[in-house]
Amino acid sequence: MSSEYAIEARGLAKSYGDVHALRGVDLYAERGSMLALLGPNGAGKTTVIRILTTLLIPDGGTATVGGHDVVRAAARVREVIGLTGQEMSVDGLLTGRENLVMMGRLFHLGKAAARQRADDLLEQFDLTEAAGRQARWYSGGMRRRLDLAVSLITAPPVIFLDEPTTGLDPRSRQGMWEVIRKLMADGTTILLTTQYLEEADILADRVALIDGGGVVAEGTPGDLKRRIGSERIEFQFATDDVAEKAQLLVGGAVLHGNGLSVPAADPAEVRHLINRVADAGFDATGLEIRRPTLDDVFLTMTGQTEGATL
Amino acid sequence: MSTNVLTPERVRAVAVAPRSALALAWSDCLVLTGRSLRHLTRNMDQLIQTFSLPIILLLMFRYLLGGAIKTDQTYINYVISGLIVISAGFNLTSTVIGVTNDMRNGIVERFRSMPVLPPSVLVAHVAAAVLRTFVSATVLIVAGFLVGFRPDAGPLEWLAVIGLLALFATALCWVAVILGLLAKSVEGGSGYGLILVFLPYLSSALVPTETMPKVLGTIVRYQPVSAIADAVRSLLTEAPAGNSIWLALVWWAAILLLAVPTAARLFRRRALG
Repeated sequence: MSSEYAIEARGLAKSYGDVHALRGVDLYAERGSMLALLGPNGAGKTTVIRILTTLLIPDGGTATVGGHDVVRAAARVREVIGLTGQEMSVDGLLTGRENLVMMGRLFHLGKAAARQRADDLLEQFDLTEAAGRQARWYSGGMRRRLDLAVSLITAPPVIFLDEPTTGLDPRSRQGMWEVIRKLMADGTTILLTTQYLEEADILADRVALIDGGGVVAEGTPGDLKRRIGSERIEFQFATDDVAEKAQLLVGGAVLHGNGLSVPAADPAEVRHLINRVADAGFDATGLEIRRPTLDDVFLTMTGQTEGATL
Repeated sequence: MSTNVLTPERVRAVAVAPRSALALAWSDCLVLTGRSLRHLTRNMDQLIQTFSLPIILLLMFRYLLGGAIKTDQTYINYVISGLIVISAGFNLTSTVIGVTNDMRNGIVERFRSMPVLPPSVLVAHVAAAVLRTFVSATVLIVAGFLVGFRPDAGPLEWLAVIGLLALFATALCWVAVILGLLAKSVEGGSGYGLILVFLPYLSSALVPTETMPKVLGTIVRYQPVSAIADAVRSLLTEAPAGNSIWLALVWWAAILLLAVPTAARLFRRRALG
């Protein structure tokens, strides 16, 4: 079984004093697939990545990456992974090329090989022009690309991308997606963390939704979206009271003050739901139709325990 | 953007043959020392600290203050060893900041996820700082010649000076590494760095201790910075050695033996945090 999975984690647990960062996380990523770890800040995404990349020793549970145990065979794991973290972990005082050559030498490539590899990666990541400039003057998007290039020096079969697009402008984000797609085409196994449902939707084969240190839902992006509907209607009513009454008419709605957020499977259902609320005599003072976001997934998934139904 | 550059075969083809763990650790340290030295050329602060500050201090103490300070020998002969010690302290502020930076900005984290021996980063910082200290010392001695410094040291004495300064610089660098590991922010790091800058002023580096109040003079005379300044002075010039060479050796060997394991323990705790 372990040979099918490039990443396999069972019952991972980690506490910092009284704070349970992770309480039993199970994750599986098949070889050559992308698993996206979705969750809000503080959900435990980075803790999972740090354990899987041997930076942190778990209190409980086991995990293998590329078939190697992350605790007992940490050195072997380090040889098969690449990691791109949230922070810029390149040397700002060195130029882009110097960073890549240095890291290549630290991966124990020879001098000539490290230079060759640096030039290849600079070209591949569209950084040739900026290669001679100090990395501290790079734009956000360029830094992330350099950072990613560093983690690809040895062409590792498993790559961890910890929020690679957080804080990037839309164009840089698109560029990053482009690069990630190429990696996937090369058969790399990728574990990506993100706060954006859209990103996981576009890139990932499977998504694990993580919150409060545990996996709340797991499946393909399609599965997850079906669970919360493909459209979202935001009603505004004159008073909280009206909103509460309107909530009884529709399923899976999330109430917040005088606002009501209602899931809908498709445009036809959107029209149907709006009509139903209007026909019952509840006049909306505001109305917006939008795509569901990660917030909706969470509000819905955690709302279940409070009686809302899907 | 071709995809073939990413194939593992390609990388394996260019990778070097496996070497022993020791050879790899040595190579890691060399590469990272190269990195730290390269910082010197990129960073105006460091260039000023290493090259200009020693000269400015030299001129200031030679022409501005020196005339008013009475020593048994010419003041320039007295003060050179003190200035070497002081410029070592200045050079180390950038080590403190460099270590703090590396711990904060995620580069150590990256090294830990790679097949790199993580403490190599610290060893490299120390090696680069020791080299910078020697550059400053050379600048001081050469510039000193031009303004009247006349050493009477033979080859053996020069070798002893180099050895003592290497021990002193290495030990002090590890102290700087500890301060860098303790600092919570880069700003804090540069604050801690000031300790290293200020310590030499409470020593016999710049002025003889005889004119100080008795208690203060005694404390100052036996503190480690005075010991190294006195020892180097006695080797370079006609100043009497007394017990300063032994005192310097014992002080700085003890500091080194304490600082390295302390830094190692702090590093492990910080890096795993």
